[in-house]
Amino acid sequence: MDMPIPSAEILSRRADHIAALKSVVPADRVIEDVIGLRAYECDALTAYRCTPLAVVLPCNTEEVAAVLKLCHDRGIPVVPRGAGTSLAGGSLPTADAVVVGVARLTDVLEVDYDDRIMRIQTGRTNLSVTAAIEEDGWFYAPDPSSQLACAISGNIGMNSGGAHCLKYGVTVNNLLGLRMVLMDGTIIDLGGAHMDAGDIDLLPVVCGAEGQLSIVTEATLRILPKPEGARPVMVAFGSSAVAGACVSDIIKAGIVPVAIEFMDRPCIEACEAFAKAGYPDCEALLIIEVEGSDREIDHQLALIREIAERHNPDEIRESRSADESARIWLGRKSAFGAMGQINDYMCLDGTIPVSELPYVLERIGELSKEYGLGVANVFHAGDGNMHPLILFDANKPGDLQRCEAMGADILRLCIEVGGCLTGEHGVGIEKRDLMHAQFNAQDLEAQMIVKDVFDPKWLLNAAKVFPLDASEARRA
Amino acid sequence: MTQTTFTPTTEEELSDIIASASAPFDIVGGGTRHTPAGHQRLSTAGLSGVRLYEPGALTLVAGAGTTMAEINALLADNGQRLPFEPMDHRAVLGTSGEPTLGGMVALNHCGPRRVQAGSARDMLLGLRFVDGSGRIVKNGGRVMKNVTGYDIARLHCGARGKLGVMTEISLKVLPLPERTATMALAEPSPIAAVAALSKALGSPFEVNGAAWHQGRILLRIEGFNDSVSYRADQLSRLLPGLTLVDENPWDDLRDARFAATSDRDIWRVSLRASNGAKAAERLMGMGVDVTLDWGGALLWASTDNGFDLRSALGGLHGHATRLRGAGDTPALEPAADGVAQLTSALQKAYDPRGLFNR
Ligand SMILES: Cc1cc2nc3c(=O)[nH]c(=O)nc-3n(C[C@H](O)[C@H](O)[C@H](O)COP(=O)(O)OP(=O)(O)OC[C@H]3O[C@@H](n4cnc5c(N)ncnc54)[C@H](O)[C@@H]3O)c2cc1C
Ligand SMILES: Cc1cc2nc3c(=O)[nH]c(=O)nc-3n(C[C@H](O)[C@H](O)[C@H](O)COP(=O)(O)OP(=O)(O)OC[C@H]3O[C@@H](n4cnc5c(N)ncnc54)[C@H](O)[C@@H]3O)c2cc1C
Repeated sequence: MDMPIPSAEILSRRADHIAALKSVVPADRVIEDVIGLRAYECDALTAYRCTPLAVVLPCNTEEVAAVLKLCHDRGIPVVPRGAGTSLAGGSLPTADAVVVGVARLTDVLEVDYDDRIMRIQTGRTNLSVTAAIEEDGWFYAPDPSSQLACAISGNIGMNSGGAHCLKYGVTVNNLLGLRMVLMDGTIIDLGGAHMDAGDIDLLPVVCGAEGQLSIVTEATLRILPKPEGARPVMVAFGSSAVAGACVSDIIKAGIVPVAIEFMDRPCIEACEAFAKAGYPDCEALLIIEVEGSDREIDHQLALIREIAERHNPDEIRESRSADESARIWLGRKSAFGAMGQINDYMCLDGTIPVSELPYVLERIGELSKEYGLGVANVFHAGDGNMHPLILFDANKPGDLQRCEAMGADILRLCIEVGGCLTGEHGVGIEKRDLMHAQFNAQDLEAQMIVKDVFDPKWLLNAAKVFPLDASEARRA
Repeated sequence: MTQTTFTPTTEEELSDIIASASAPFDIVGGGTRHTPAGHQRLSTAGLSGVRLYEPGALTLVAGAGTTMAEINALLADNGQRLPFEPMDHRAVLGTSGEPTLGGMVALNHCGPRRVQAGSARDMLLGLRFVDGSGRIVKNGGRVMKNVTGYDIARLHCGARGKLGVMTEISLKVLPLPERTATMALAEPSPIAAVAALSKALGSPFEVNGAAWHQGRILLRIEGFNDSVSYRADQLSRLLPGLTLVDENPWDDLRDARFAATSDRDIWRVSLRASNGAKAAERLMGMGVDVTLDWGGALLWASTDNGFDLRSALGGLHGHATRLRGAGDTPALEPAADGVAQLTSALQKAYDPRGLFNR
């Protein structure tokens, strides 16, 4: 993975830059020692690492503004960071960059159940946002699997989704307002506790901009009352194609479950070995969850059962209790951990039209044979967001490269059938150079124009998202 | 003087028209809009037709000039709909013509179901457009989850064509419910009404319409038959006196038809729900007619002509749009300095010659 050559000029003046940082924010905000910096040299895409020039962890928006203004005036690149769980290298630094992390901005600023909003500082983790309102019967809907660790700032950076977004939407659908700092230190408020914008709305382009437009320090979130209850049903099938057809029929019948998760045989077997959830021995498995009162859940599950039965399932296992629900979810929730036990893996994130599922799974199987690398499929079937896990051995020379090449082929396949490179993890450095496969020069230009407006000097996280050759003239 | 009308049928043709233009355009969808500025007209009528519809994937792709009538009929045939209830402005603006998909997205239309289903922008999956330099651009796609690159598609929602001419739009659609029910309760005070609406919206019963109109609280619930009965029952326990009524006030609320017959100015105000209650109380004291939707977060006001509603609101609002009428103040809420600078820079970037809707 190519990264731009760090500026020798900036590196040579490191001591001076660090002294300057300490003159605009209290010295304890700045990390400069080798050991302290090590924690910031990569995110969850651990194959790529680089020690940054320095790290700053500001304690309020004004400090963020002071740091950005200083870096702007000195021409120092900045990489915004939340919790560093990006799977795309979104928060990977360059050697000449200052990492600005929001980890110390964790306050809940306001909770208002009457107005159904919550205002927080963005360094707060996703799970602790819901934790702050859970006892009162409320929740924040987007729930990435990494929710224990990831911060709202990173969720906004990547426009993250989760298992329940089929019903509740992703981050952008649950974000009402934010406070952010531009690279030149200007503090901007967008939106607020009201529901829409009066004119051009900048919020949806800031959400998902992967830290390239601004550093977001506060957010106003839409919060929701918890449903009375939720229960899943698990359906086992003899083929992936049939499972795919069943998903489509459920949706056509007018049922929109909160989640429809899919797992194929390699994934089921790995989870079974790891978590012993008691999953059936089958080619493909769906976990479908519905919400409501007991009576409403029973009714929806009965409808789903009726549809599933038309597809001759191997087995239908309907949850009748919290305990049974937990067992059904156990395997799915430990899928990534289970795969990690048996192999190194790379997790892809392309989205496809649901109707293309059988074809895409078949092609992935063929690619797996061609490359000689195993693949396990686990994904959000309701919305076509696939997570093929390619298994490789990091200690075997050439395996990572083969794995990346196969990953690129799978993502090109997603585009070919009308889908996209990434459904929720973001482009980062990982899919940056594949952007040419999805977008032509005009499409990319129309996106880069936005960065020109927010960050004319291209200092914020500039080596991400856009293919390096496309952004070269702007970064120079 | 009659204006030239361009009606391109392909993106390439549209791109040529724009690239060679020397004067600004009025982008016209169905032309149900209020006041065209009198420029040469750029019609989207030739860029129409449904390109793809997969009910099992909840996906619709259509040309931006496709009429809402065509889309709504197609969806209804398949037991689906656009969940955000786009407003039909013809009644309140006294216009004719057929509203289009492009006009709907350009205004980020949404009705009472905003509280649950969001607005057009929440259902937008992607679009194609031609910008002011004639550049043909694709963004987003047709799939339900997509974070590939910047989301400039959603920038067009509410931009009123200022960033370019949309040519093709992909949307997520949702199933029609088995049953819709409306419940009502008399309540003269907007403060008490919004408190009650908050209680209903804070319950797990999935209320998807929550308005206060002509001294009544109105709630809507939708879903499977049995589920609607259950929730109606639960809600009437939560708000004693609330009862099922056999009427559908929602289309009138969506289109603000209650304001259509007078010639007063009409304002649409978006604000924090509890501020909606306070604003309603204050405005009623000034002789303004008020209706609240979205649990208080949307306020419709009909005022005397030229009334300066924004000053009267005294900072309670997020933004206020004058939908009908004229006055010394701008129709759209002026943005704060920093935001206005970014917005106008973006407009310049996409439309350097100022061709669109200025
Ligand atoms: C095991 C595992 C499971 C995961 N499951 C999911 C899942 O189900 N769904 C999903 O969507 N993702 C998932 N992810 C990916 C990842 O957790 C998300 O992308 C998450 O939102 C990143 O949050 P973070 O705080 O760790 O951000 P970081 O990794 O720190 O940053 C992510 C991006 O946001 C930018 N950013 C960070 N802070 C700011 C800020 N203050 N202002 C502006 N930009 C900023 C960064 O520059 C970077 O580009 C998973 C990751 C792992 C490791
Ligand atoms: C809150 C609000 C504010 C309004 N403000 C205005 C206003 O400022 N000016 C005004 O003239 N009318 C305004 N209206 C009225 C509105 O334009 C019409 O009532 C109607 O809904 C639009 O549908 P249509 O297809 O007839 O679109 P049209 O009336 O043809 O167009 C509606 C708007 O969308 C744009 N547009 C249409 N198709 C495309 C496309 N394919 N690509 C890009 N842009 C497109 C138009 O240029 C226009 O700005 C407003 C309405 C509301 C609810």
